[in-house]
Amino acid sequence: MADPEQTDPDQANRGGEPRLRFRTDEASDEPAITLDAFLEGQTNATAVRLEAGDDARALLGHLDKVALVEVSFPTFRDGRGYSAARILREGGYTGELRAAGDVLVDQLPLMRRCGFDSFAPEAEIDAAALERALTRYDYRYQKAADAAVPVWKLRHG
Amino acid sequence: MYKYDQYDQRIVDARVDEFRDQVQRRLSGEMTEDQFKPLRLMNGLYLQLHAYMLRVAVPYGTLDSRQMRMLGHIARKYDRGYGHFTTRQNIQYNWIKLEDAPDILAELATVEMHAIQTSGNCIRNISSDQFAGAAADEVADPRVWAELLRQWSTFHPEFTYLPRKFKICVIAADEDRAAMRLHDIGIQLVERDGVLGGRVFVGGGMGRTPMIAPEIRDFVTADDLLSYVEACLRVYNRYGRRDNIYKARIKILLHEIGADEYRRQVEEEFVAVKALGVDPPKAEFDRIAAMFAPPAFDAAASAGVDRSDPDFAVWLDQNVSAHKQPGYAVVTISLKPIGGIPGDASADQIDVMATLAERYSFDELRVTHAQNIVLPHVAQADLYTVWQALTEAGLAEANLDLISDIIACPGLDYCSLANARSIPLAQKIASRFADANRQRDLGELKLKISGCINACGHHHAGHIGVLGVDRKGTENYQLLLGGSGAEDVSLGKITGPGFDEDGVVDAIERVTDRYLAERAEGERFLDTYRRIGMEPFKEAIYG
Repeated sequence: MADPEQTDPDQANRGGEPRLRFRTDEASDEPAITLDAFLEGQTNATAVRLEAGDDARALLGHLDKVALVEVSFPTFRDGRGYSAARILREGGYTGELRAAGDVLVDQLPLMRRCGFDSFAPEAEIDAAALERALTRYDYRYQKAADAAVPVWKLRHG
Repeated sequence: MYKYDQYDQRIVDARVDEFRDQVQRRLSGEMTEDQFKPLRLMNGLYLQLHAYMLRVAVPYGTLDSRQMRMLGHIARKYDRGYGHFTTRQNIQYNWIKLEDAPDILAELATVEMHAIQTSGNCIRNISSDQFAGAAADEVADPRVWAELLRQWSTFHPEFTYLPRKFKICVIAADEDRAAMRLHDIGIQLVERDGVLGGRVFVGGGMGRTPMIAPEIRDFVTADDLLSYVEACLRVYNRYGRRDNIYKARIKILLHEIGADEYRRQVEEEFVAVKALGVDPPKAEFDRIAAMFAPPAFDAAASAGVDRSDPDFAVWLDQNVSAHKQPGYAVVTISLKPIGGIPGDASADQIDVMATLAERYSFDELRVTHAQNIVLPHVAQADLYTVWQALTEAGLAEANLDLISDIIACPGLDYCSLANARSIPLAQKIASRFADANRQRDLGELKLKISGCINACGHHHAGHIGVLGVDRKGTENYQLLLGGSGAEDVSLGKITGPGFDEDGVVDAIERVTDRYLAERAEGERFLDTYRRIGMEPFKEAIYG
């Protein structure tokens, strides 16, 4: 992995381009606006950025107008974005859901399970380590926002 | 007890592989210590004062002889021949090398054990009543619920980076042997109109701001358990404080918004989560419950014990409890020999306990939050033989719930957070009260020592609590009276100015002397304290 010190976050996220994307549709190149700006309604923007403390539920009435939600992870220790992702997916959001910021390889499998399908990490993620992380677990105990079938369902059908 | 199937085993094996990979990336410098820290913590690996400490999970404190022997093997092979049983019903090893940790996890995985989530800001090992399945007063075996929660919480994708650690406890009796209401979530199983459900308490805890959990829901059935708890956690994950590590536990959130507002938010979230289908079907509950079916007790087992050996009779009265099955008994093995380290057991002692469990307790052992070991299902006819074997192994101290049955954190001898030593103080107190008759005369007296305000030694819940602090560079001990972690839960109050190590032992003696002078017939220390209050004790201590 590259030395994180040498990776400029602005460079990494220039134009909102994600480094890792698990979608087949075309990526949005629109810069994301703040939740407040979006909710004011004076905009045609379809890309919204949620800060860690923003209430994802505020977006639920507007999901048909949104194509990209970028959720900020100011530090990898701040786990609020995992709940934001679940709430959006549970609310029926099917657009691009991007984790941006201090996103590390060991968190990525959990984020995928919460519904993130796009990632803009500040520091480069080693492709081999990511491949190992994403394929390591065959089974999951819980039902979450991904397609994984929980173990209890495998046990009982 | 619970046995892994192929799914459980594959998940634990994958974790070994994952952690080996993470350690490798750390050792090669690919990962910084800052990045590695939360990952190793989620695998129970702490950096202490002198070495790494590895905490191994003992789910709800239950294990079999094969697992117990593995714990002894690890003590022998990777540590200095000892294991330390903890207040979270786990075991920890204090002298571990980082590069050995993946191999230790691989060995643990061969006996269905792991160190998953024994630390870190995630959902920790689920704790429970050490008498589960044996207690006459339980409405059901709480471990079935605890196992449902164990699986649900293992690598929960949403709740692995919580504001702070999160501890859940499940009990099923009115008598609380597990300090249920001092957990982030405490669940007490109750029966209502023939249906089993849980009373849910949220926001208890010790630490620097101790709180007793208020009841948040009076009844949740097993069908709704996981979605309800998921809702409880989601509200916390979203709104728990992250600006100050000392205010990040869920108890602070409850304190700040109030139990009513928290309850309202959880109910709202519960409606959303319930619709997702996160609750397993009844068949899964039944599958787990079948594994906790009572062992094949001998219905003809004879009741009654020959008490002619007076030393045995003393141990019998102190360390043996009633069992729900006629002819059987519950044995608590004290890991508190006078002058010993509370909770420590040598590899050889661990082996002895494993063998006794295999022969005399249907292959089961329990770890208690008071840092003792339980043989839950011993035929009364075997008690004398068991006692003899324990005596030979130095494990027959007859002091359960007496003043020398001390809970103590590792303190400044090991822990990098500690302000004061806990272990030498515990040894001094136990030695001062070593006289067996004197201890028994004092009766039930739960003494708990923490070496700093994080309260790992549960000092807030001690009938007598001791808190070690740093006062201008020297160790100083504050004394607390009147706490309880049981069904009569309460938080201790500080007596006044602190003491040095010898001074606090003297102060404790003045407190117990005053108790003996004041007690009414049948009163425990705690009862007398509650009746007469702090003043007489203050007067005895400070004159």
